[in-house]
Amino acid sequence: SVMATPRADDWSWFPALALGVSFLKCILINAYHSTDFEVHRNWLAITHSLPVSKWYHENTSEWTLDYPPLFAWFEYSLSHVAQHFDKEMLVVQNLIYTSPATILFQRLSVIVTDIVFIYAVKECCRSVREEKGSKDLLGHPFFILAALLLWNFGLLIVDHIHFQYNGFLFGILLLSVARHLQGRHLEGALLFTVLLNLKHIYLYIAPAYGIFLLRSYCFTKDNTDGSVRWSSFSPVRLVALGSIVISVGALSFGPFIAMPAVLSIWCRPRGARGFLRCLVVCALGSFMFGWHVHEKAILMAILPFSILAVESREDAGIFLMLTTTGHYSLFPLLFTAAELPIKVLLMLLFTLYSFTSLKKLFRGSLLNPLETTYLLGLVAVEILCEVVYPLSPWQHTLPFVPLLVTSVYCSLGVSYSFIRLYVSLLRQHGTDKHKQL
Amino acid sequence: MENWSLVSICVLFGLTARWAVSLNSYSGAGKPPMFGDYEAQRHWQEVTYNLPVHEWYFNTTDNNLNYWGLDYPPLTAYHSLLCAHVAKLINPDWVELHASRGHESYGHKLFMRATVLVADLLIYIPAVVLYSFYLSEGSNKKKVCTVLCILLYPGLILIDYGHFQYNSISLGLALWGVVVLGLGWDVLGSLAFVLSLNYKQMELYHSLPFFCYLLGKCFKQGLAGRGLFLLVKIAVTVLVTFALCWLPFLSDPGQILQVVHRLFPVGRGLFEDKVANTWCSLNVLIKIKTILSTDTQLYFSLTTTLLAILPSSIKLLMKPTLWQFKLALVNSSLAFFLFSFQVHEKSILLPALPVCLLLNDLPLPAIWFLQASTFSMLPLFLKDGLLVPYVVTSLAFLFFSIYLLSAFEHCSEDKLRLGPYRRLLICMPRMDLGRVTKWKFYFSITAMAGLSFMSVALAPPDQLPDLFPLLVSVFSYLHFLGLLLYFNIVQIAEPLQSVRKNQKKSN
Repeated sequence: SVMATPRADDWSWFPALALGVSFLKCILINAYHSTDFEVHRNWLAITHSLPVSKWYHENTSEWTLDYPPLFAWFEYSLSHVAQHFDKEMLVVQNLIYTSPATILFQRLSVIVTDIVFIYAVKECCRSVREEKGSKDLLGHPFFILAALLLWNFGLLIVDHIHFQYNGFLFGILLLSVARHLQGRHLEGALLFTVLLNLKHIYLYIAPAYGIFLLRSYCFTKDNTDGSVRWSSFSPVRLVALGSIVISVGALSFGPFIAMPAVLSIWCRPRGARGFLRCLVVCALGSFMFGWHVHEKAILMAILPFSILAVESREDAGIFLMLTTTGHYSLFPLLFTAAELPIKVLLMLLFTLYSFTSLKKLFRGSLLNPLETTYLLGLVAVEILCEVVYPLSPWQHTLPFVPLLVTSVYCSLGVSYSFIRLYVSLLRQHGTDKHKQL
Repeated sequence: MENWSLVSICVLFGLTARWAVSLNSYSGAGKPPMFGDYEAQRHWQEVTYNLPVHEWYFNTTDNNLNYWGLDYPPLTAYHSLLCAHVAKLINPDWVELHASRGHESYGHKLFMRATVLVADLLIYIPAVVLYSFYLSEGSNKKKVCTVLCILLYPGLILIDYGHFQYNSISLGLALWGVVVLGLGWDVLGSLAFVLSLNYKQMELYHSLPFFCYLLGKCFKQGLAGRGLFLLVKIAVTVLVTFALCWLPFLSDPGQILQVVHRLFPVGRGLFEDKVANTWCSLNVLIKIKTILSTDTQLYFSLTTTLLAILPSSIKLLMKPTLWQFKLALVNSSLAFFLFSFQVHEKSILLPALPVCLLLNDLPLPAIWFLQASTFSMLPLFLKDGLLVPYVVTSLAFLFFSIYLLSAFEHCSEDKLRLGPYRRLLICMPRMDLGRVTKWKFYFSITAMAGLSFMSVALAPPDQLPDLFPLLVSVFSYLHFLGLLLYFNIVQIAEPLQSVRKNQKKSN
């Protein structure tokens, strides 16, 4: 039966999980969508109807093309399928065009391109360290990771309600991470370059990539204590890397904050997992201190962090804090009354699953009472912001107070997680130094 | 993972699916002057809130019975009154007498959908969870899978949260009746069922099995002693509950008659529209609606219905176990659906509920029936603009139930209880009936998918404008007839004395 202990090669549960969440995405086709829907429709129209030279000049609509060229080519290829659904959506002048066929096509395009994400999750699950001893399927780390990634709350509501193509993009990112975990560094670098050309926001984590690849790939051997062996430098590899990776230089503030973290993987790389930890810190650092950050950028930290969360008890605790707070901070994105039950139900679903599965995996409570109280406070914040405050007299004079309260309250949790993550990374660096002495 | 967390996750997922479906259109949306079932429910809130009780079922200047007059028993009316009080607090315009007719707005739709969700959460869903955990067999994981599969049944979701109705209340109360009877509390079980009956009169389809089961139990306990006492207790409970539900109407016999007249409109003919039952299908070949008089039609349908339910009821009377009870519920309600008077296509939900209870025991036939029942309502869904939810929920249900309940592994002749068929087909000994059933299932699902596609993509020929609804209806009818035969055989073929106690448990 499906629930018995699986053989090592029995992955039949994986398509079931993937298909299940795909059905959920399909049933949300007619839910509310944000202006991002029109943004992408406009880009379909621009790339289809106009010559390449005009793509970045066209400004009939206020939503001009502001992603790198590879994404524009992506929209161009989508537009060839779009014309079979409704030709009218590809007319640039048809602003805010939302025929049923258009909605169906756009929603389906997000659901179908998520196949990249699904494949990437499968690769990540294969790289997770297996636990010996027969356990039932639901207790295996790779099952929990698959569920936490495939059914991630943030990705569901941002991609399939609000409307974006993050599943496709994060798929490429996670695939790149998986390749590094599997030791296939050139492929990982290639994928990351592709990603940078699809959405430039991933520049935030470029330093982690650059330093790691330079250190672990270009220097082929370490000293016995893990420090750099300069003599093992391989120019061939550097050229190979250089010809693939375009730019490692920081263009925004975040990476400067992440410098010590980045330094640590130069001195003591600790393999691909150290790189992953650094990547998460970079992503979170840029979220904390970056320029013009969107709340959706929290997903850049949460998704890769899931891999670490199923392997270490301490990481699982930080993960629960970060994820619950981060996901709740996405609530203001869906402000319509009809979508309120959906976001609450999905949030409860994901939070309940992440807590119970990780608690079972690591046998015991992962959060101290203070942290638990803080998280329970999120319920109070939600009731206050969505039920109590709208009925109060200040709703008309000070309508931004709920948003303010949400942001400030969540920032406490996110900052706390950032600090703990940073400390854990430096502590690992310190232990290595200590071992050396 | 512990049971409670797994079950909670399943329930949350089920609720999400339900609410996501409710974001779509409803019956009669934007279609004046009559609109649809959504407007009917809103109108009943208006009527029950603004008018005194003795006017609810009567044709008066304030209450035009031709515009969605109340035609369900009093509990529906009380429920509408309760909802109306809440509506009045939020926005009085929604239930304003006469002025609120045809009212449609974003907020109102949210309110109405919320009332369905609340009723479902309070009544139907707890009953499903309790049934799966206390009355179904198998490991804990299997029970959780059963909860999920029952909650994902598309027919109920699409009708309650799409088209707009409150079937989860009447079906939920009936399910409570089954659960409580299964746990051995006969008096409370009959109370639950009487409440269900007083919510929707269609629950009469389930009444005979309840009656035979309880009477059978009384006989088993000996009519001279405890059996008689039990019988009296049940009878008193039933009468008192009826009296309490109908209390405001008991003062005047004219009231009672009028309500009954509204509940059973015998003047409306053998069937309306296309429905997957015998009369509508027969009408394709012989125009019985015009050949026979209304009275003859009535007697004909009554006789065939009684004949169809007789074997099942007698067997239940002789062997009142839970297994027989579940099968009898299926057989009785399905027979009523196929042969009764003035049946609507939504009434297929009445046999669908007990078939859901068989998902654990006979997965493949149950899934087959449930999918066919959803498919039979396709013309209704297309009219309501519910194509996408129909496709997604059907595919999801098929996938989850086949995968989680290992339907294709429980496909042997023995597991499907095809023994009698084997004896019938004695001339063809080489055939593996289990394999044959599986292939018939594949073919059937493919045909349903094909017909669904054609109904949407192709335009019917001019001489036969109703071609696709008719094809859907006849195709579903053949399935229902075949499955009625199958479930009857399974129920009747079971020996009166369980020879080996573990025989029933080896599902």
